[in-house]
Amino acid sequence: MSRYIVQRLVTAVMMAILASAVIFLIANFVPGDPVLAQLGDIAASDPATVARWRAKWGLDLPLWERYGIFLSGLVQGDLGTSIATRRPVLDDIFQYAPATIELATVAFLLSLVIGIPLGIAAAVWRDGWVDSVARVVSLLGVSAPTFWLAFIMLAIFYGGLGWAPGPGRLDPIAFPPEGPTGLFLLDSVMAGDWETFGDTVAHLVLPSIVLAAATIGLITRTTRAAMLDSLQQDYIRVSRAKGMRERTTILGHALPNALVPVVTLGGLAYANLLAGAVMTETVFSWPGLGRYTFRSAAALDFPAIVGITLVVSVTFLLVNLAVDLSYALLDPRVRR
Amino acid sequence: MAAPQAATPQTTVPVLEVEDLRTVFLTDAGPVHAVDGVSFSLGPGETLGIVGESGSGKSVTALSLLRLLQEPARIVGGSIRFQGREVLAMSPRELRDWRGDRAAMVFQDPMTGLNPVKRILGQVTEHIVSHGRMPPKPARRRGIELLRRMGVAAPERAAAAFPHEFSGGMRQRVMMAIGLANDPALLIADEPTTALDVTIQAQILDLLRGLNQEFGTAIVLISHDLGVIGSVCRRVAVMYAGEVVEEAPTADVLEDPRHPYAWALVNAVPRLEAPAGARLTAIEGTPPDPLNPLPGCRFAPRCPFRIARCDTEHPPLMEVAPGRRARCWVTADGRSLPRPTVPATAERRAPATGEAPLLQATGLEKKFVLPRKSLFAQPAMVHAVNGVDLVLRRGESLGVVGESGCGKSTLARLLTRLHAPTAGRITFEGQDITTATPAALRSLRPRLQMVFQDPYASLNPRMTVGQILAEPLLAHRRAPSRAAAAERVASLLDTVGLKPAFATRFPHEFSGGQRQRISIARALALEPAVVVADEPVSALDVNVQAQVLNLMLSLRERLGLSYLFIAHDLAVVRAFCDRVAVMYLGRIVEEGPADEVITRPLHPYTVALTSAIPEPGRQRVLLGGEPPSTLRLPQGCAFRARCPVAQDVCATLPPLAEVAPGHRLACHFPGALAPLPRQERLP
Repeated sequence: MSRYIVQRLVTAVMMAILASAVIFLIANFVPGDPVLAQLGDIAASDPATVARWRAKWGLDLPLWERYGIFLSGLVQGDLGTSIATRRPVLDDIFQYAPATIELATVAFLLSLVIGIPLGIAAAVWRDGWVDSVARVVSLLGVSAPTFWLAFIMLAIFYGGLGWAPGPGRLDPIAFPPEGPTGLFLLDSVMAGDWETFGDTVAHLVLPSIVLAAATIGLITRTTRAAMLDSLQQDYIRVSRAKGMRERTTILGHALPNALVPVVTLGGLAYANLLAGAVMTETVFSWPGLGRYTFRSAAALDFPAIVGITLVVSVTFLLVNLAVDLSYALLDPRVRR
Repeated sequence: MAAPQAATPQTTVPVLEVEDLRTVFLTDAGPVHAVDGVSFSLGPGETLGIVGESGSGKSVTALSLLRLLQEPARIVGGSIRFQGREVLAMSPRELRDWRGDRAAMVFQDPMTGLNPVKRILGQVTEHIVSHGRMPPKPARRRGIELLRRMGVAAPERAAAAFPHEFSGGMRQRVMMAIGLANDPALLIADEPTTALDVTIQAQILDLLRGLNQEFGTAIVLISHDLGVIGSVCRRVAVMYAGEVVEEAPTADVLEDPRHPYAWALVNAVPRLEAPAGARLTAIEGTPPDPLNPLPGCRFAPRCPFRIARCDTEHPPLMEVAPGRRARCWVTADGRSLPRPTVPATAERRAPATGEAPLLQATGLEKKFVLPRKSLFAQPAMVHAVNGVDLVLRRGESLGVVGESGCGKSTLARLLTRLHAPTAGRITFEGQDITTATPAALRSLRPRLQMVFQDPYASLNPRMTVGQILAEPLLAHRRAPSRAAAAERVASLLDTVGLKPAFATRFPHEFSGGQRQRISIARALALEPAVVVADEPVSALDVNVQAQVLNLMLSLRERLGLSYLFIAHDLAVVRAFCDRVAVMYLGRIVEEGPADEVITRPLHPYTVALTSAIPEPGRQRVLLGGEPPSTLRLPQGCAFRARCPVAQDVCATLPPLAEVAPGHRLACHFPGALAPLPRQERLP
């Protein structure tokens, strides 16, 4: 088991280095000149200014040397300085990432908590009313466009019924909780500030449901299919022949086997939630990475783009690692 | 629980009384009567076998007994009483308390019956705890003890392992431990050994018999093999088309069957002491359509002894002799059925030793490299075939026998060059085909054909039988036109005993036996010299097996074919082959005339194999353990670790040397292990 973990870790580190090289190269070969994007038309027409500017950002050095500088900075935790905000990229990322992580994680948990039980119930009472409900929920979740769903939800629950608060992470007049993580849920709990905690939760409800909608559908369908398959297996009949309760047979024997494909999907889904929050963040004025990414891309802010891409790919790698490790926990045949 | 538990086992209340049990499958086409009025009774500590071919309703009966059936199957009538309690009237809760506690079941496939993600011990003990028999800690101790009792090696270590770390035989032992965990009064075993090799099957059957004798557990054993049932059960119920057609002591049925279907079952199985090369008794036809039961006897259309009354009147299960019941108008007056006329023995030609061999292998080896487990690990190797010398002469049939993993199927694929050998030479009709290119092989293929084990997987489901059979003809330009091909297809179907009109049908419309006939027809299409048949009958019911074997025998005479016949069943090989080669871990350990090798085996492994054949009265040479891993070849004789007569010298590899004309043997102590004499009756 420990050998398996070490193997996976080594693979992950190698993948991260490879990813950094690929990202760096792609960023360099993207058509579009950051000089022209940053300097005004007049300054860009002066070769001396352009050359000075290039030298300042190291754009005059050969490619491999720039990658070397990038790597050595990376090792020291320095992702360079954003051309647009003139702040270290890492600081920017630390400022915007927690909002996205909080939103995506809540959406992810929501899809697990709804999707898995719904999928199990749909499989156990196949073709019953639960199954029909599950089918409608999945279909709606997967097929409704995010922006449409977001506007409809806002219109009904905020505009119409007034049950949910408006966009943003907190009330406009509230102060963000002081805390080390930037995750308002955690920070407010640690500070014992229950009022802010409640406000955060209230603000999370609509965007997380919107973001989770498609994932809930996918997880429900996958869980249902995997459970139906598991319930057909011989060991289920053996469990019944042993006189085990139906609940033990379903949750104790069928479910652990059915979870294997669900975990694969869950890993992919979490990474997608992190990367795919742009639309939801825009509609709900969520100050997260998605919006930061959008602004950086529009400004051809290469250090920021490279930094974000790297962070996203490392997140993908970490999630994958978590998936691989949970495989090993779930299925002994994978270990060794 | 309502019934007092203190009742002594000697009480006269039967453990199980089944009366007029009826189970149907509700299908779109109407109800299928899978179990149609089955009755029997089983006293404490008694053993009852249920035998029948696939579709006879024996497994559905077993599942009905524990009410384990799922929709669309439904029990629609009758009664099942367990120690006087009506099982069909139990509430779900009572049923749960009873199952796995007083009545347990062991299923056919040990590879899928254990939950792959749970440790062994938990699976053995969870129902000890859930039935309130013991708290978790003593239950774990009992679990380990049970594993030890079932013969699981190193039970403490096994307890913490996961199912995939075990072989099929070991898993079946675990399944038995699960079944017996709460000392049930009744154990139902549904084909518990069908998926296992003969020596492992022998171990499991001995275990079952021992449990019955030691603990007095009443056993219902379901099997398609009367021999298996005969080695455990005193009584047997023969099922046909959902009904019990004969119920009697097993020995009596084997000796003197009173129902024609039982008669056919008994005589379809090749016996070791029957004259070699004899035709088997096979009955034609297929079981009746379960949607439309016949008005008369359900077996009448296939019955060789049919009288007028059989077609019109359905016979009840009648007492035909003391303690014997049969459902037959012919034997209703107590008469026996005539013994089958022993058909003419196929003439055995003396092996033409002077003639050049048709197919020859020298020093043949095959290693498969497994994918690396990690970047830095040495890739593991499967040593499938480790130096085989073999000769097949014109018109001869050579059997290759051995347990799973001995390399016999790989050998078949090497000889037909479906695989390329790692070392050694293969010649066919005097031509070296060891390294023949695909193009060169293409011209050889028509002469060297193969028939595979699984008649379901080896026929393309999207092609009609006509297309399947015409394909090789057209591909090798043996038919000038489609019309000519169709004509040839019709005659091929006729050759294998099928109607030419079947050419327009698809494979799924045929039974297993008919499909295997189609496979054989496909192999014959190009008029081969050699047919390599890899377990061609092992997936078939005994009667169908007899039909296919008879067909292959007559084709051999008519077309002068040579067969290389891969099998695990020694009796089948003895009935079919002139010579036999016994393989163990990729090497031939004994080879010679089939009669001689099987009736007077010299290698200890051959002795164990022949003694493991489940025939009542046969005493077993029990082999401990299982074949060693093919990943690491043992030094010296590979059989050494399991051999009862092994000594130090066996650490050097014994050569395959001629001990009598045409009889080769690889053993330092030829004949040191003698076969045990037969016993007359069950102990």
